[in-house]
Amino acid sequence: MSLNLTGVTLIYPDGDSRLTALDDVTLDVPPSTLTAVVGPSGSGKSSLLAVAATLITPGTGTVSIDATDTTGMSRRELTDLRRRKIGMVFQQPNLLPSLTALEQLQVVAVLDGRSPAAALPRARELLDAVGLAGEAGRRPHQLSGGQRQRVNIARALMNDPTVLLVDEPTSALDHERGRAVVDLIVRLTRLRGTATVLVTHDTTHLAAADRIAEVRDGRIGHHTGIERAS
Amino acid sequence: MFVGWRDLRFAKGRFALMGTVIVLITLLVGLLSGLTAGLGRQNVSAITGLPADRIAFDVPSAGQSLSYSGTTVTESQWRRWSAVDGVTSAEPLGITTTRATSGDRSAGVSVFGVRPGSALAPDGARTRDGSVVLSTGAADGLGLHSGGTLTLAGRKLHVTAVAGDASFSHTPVIWTSLDTWRAAAPTAAAAPGGPTASVIALRTTGGVDTKAADLAAGTRTVTKGDSLSAIGSYTSENGSLQLMRGFLFAISALVIGAFFTVWTIQRRGDVAVLKALGASTASLLRDALGQAVVLLTAGTLIGTAGAAAVGAALAGTAVPFLVTPTTVVLPAAVIILLGACGAALAIRRITSVDPLTALGSAR
Ligand SMILES: Nc1ncnc2c1ncn2[C@@H]1O[C@H](COP(=O)(O)OP(=O)(O)OP(=O)(O)O)[C@@H](O)[C@H]1O
Ligand SMILES: [Mg+2]
Repeated sequence: MSLNLTGVTLIYPDGDSRLTALDDVTLDVPPSTLTAVVGPSGSGKSSLLAVAATLITPGTGTVSIDATDTTGMSRRELTDLRRRKIGMVFQQPNLLPSLTALEQLQVVAVLDGRSPAAALPRARELLDAVGLAGEAGRRPHQLSGGQRQRVNIARALMNDPTVLLVDEPTSALDHERGRAVVDLIVRLTRLRGTATVLVTHDTTHLAAADRIAEVRDGRIGHHTGIERAS
Repeated sequence: MFVGWRDLRFAKGRFALMGTVIVLITLLVGLLSGLTAGLGRQNVSAITGLPADRIAFDVPSAGQSLSYSGTTVTESQWRRWSAVDGVTSAEPLGITTTRATSGDRSAGVSVFGVRPGSALAPDGARTRDGSVVLSTGAADGLGLHSGGTLTLAGRKLHVTAVAGDASFSHTPVIWTSLDTWRAAAPTAAAAPGGPTASVIALRTTGGVDTKAADLAAGTRTVTKGDSLSAIGSYTSENGSLQLMRGFLFAISALVIGAFFTVWTIQRRGDVAVLKALGASTASLLRDALGQAVVLLTAGTLIGTAGAAAVGAALAGTAVPFLVTPTTVVLPAAVIILLGACGAALAIRRITSVDPLTALGSAR
């Protein structure tokens, strides 16, 4: 139950030259812990997340999820893996406009071939966990920004993921709501036992993290607080 | 179809607009099909209704194609055909289009001359010299019933029966004897070589050698279906109507393709998110195609019902309109099929959506 990146290098073609977005990155995220990834803009944080999410295959290095090496997996296998093992909280809530809050969660089960009815109890439980039990029937345009982001988080947990990847979840929220969202992610990480990676540029969130990985020019500069006093 | 259904309901306005277009196109195609079939029937039903499977024409002069008008066959030709192996019956049939009058009413009619007692006429036993059997169209047009009289080429003829609704070249048919027909048909009268008719209606069994018989009799034989193109305006009339219908089919496929192209492009963001959440491309394609088929089916159902209703309202009027499964259900099925193809081409771009785009801040 963990996420391990070993010696990951990712190079984007950049005009005539090449741009090294990730340079020999190694990162281990144990279950029930939250690793905050910080770094200046363009340092490679999102690239790191995309590689961990199996959305990009790195040039070299390995990404293991649940001790299973994902290198060499087919596209279909990676899709299945994402559906079963990875939860993603997008920077924008990315909710589907035609679905109610409850259905945003049910659709995850439907994608896995389960019936929406069978997924109902879990969807309700998760909506309750993010404090939106009363908003289950609302569509995205009827929800506030903070509520949308909480649906986004609940959706990421719908498939009971091993790995929870969160990309700047607070960028669209004011400080107080951002704080509440990060607290929620920390709480759910402990509760659900996920290996959580949180990309953020808001340093006030760092106190909640078990570890902090600072990315600079595609390299993990230093791990801090590896054993954060708790 | 979890997302597909909900999109349909959520984007009601957009889908209703597209649905309306489908309804209107289907209605138009349905009306055109009914009209094509109705006009076609007016043109050919007397021939298609003949109890025959092949028609023998006199060999046309060089450069001419077969034509029901202005052609004659002689008695010796049909006698020869009667003797051919595999021909169960060879019946002479005289055809001419002229006017008939009854009192102060007058109508264009097609006079079909047959041998008295011939099976070609619906009530063949009553087609004696000097008497006629009217199709319902002719009876209505002339305001006649069985027992009345009408004037044809200066001769008074007795109506012995009204039977069938045969029609030829847009005029209702009057059945009579060959001799009476001959008197009314300008081409037949002067022809040498004994009694004549226009064509020979053949009933054949499988083993007939039409080539050899044609050579011996100096005829050219075609199947009944192929002989329809020998009816004056049929080919051009039917051809242009079918062309219009074909264009409408193409237009519907293109419009639906265009709509779903725009719709799919708009949905790229949603599709990227679903893919990032682990949706397989196949399931997304299924969902989107299912949505298109639902829209198409609903639209064509309404449009087809409309066309059928118009057809029912026109029944019994002078408008030639035919509502049959082929004129109504078939075009609807074609629209659904072509529309689904158009939609499938548009939806195909779901395949190329990169789930990575769900990650960034700008969607
Ligand atoms: N698809 C791509 N093709 C080419 N270059 C890319 C691509 N995606 C990112 N890059 C480049 O890779 C580098 C790392 O980008 P990345 O998005 O991972 O940074 P980031 O740390 O998330 O930045 P930000 O804080 O602005 O989100 C940047 O220089 C970026 O321009
Ligand atoms: Mg980023």
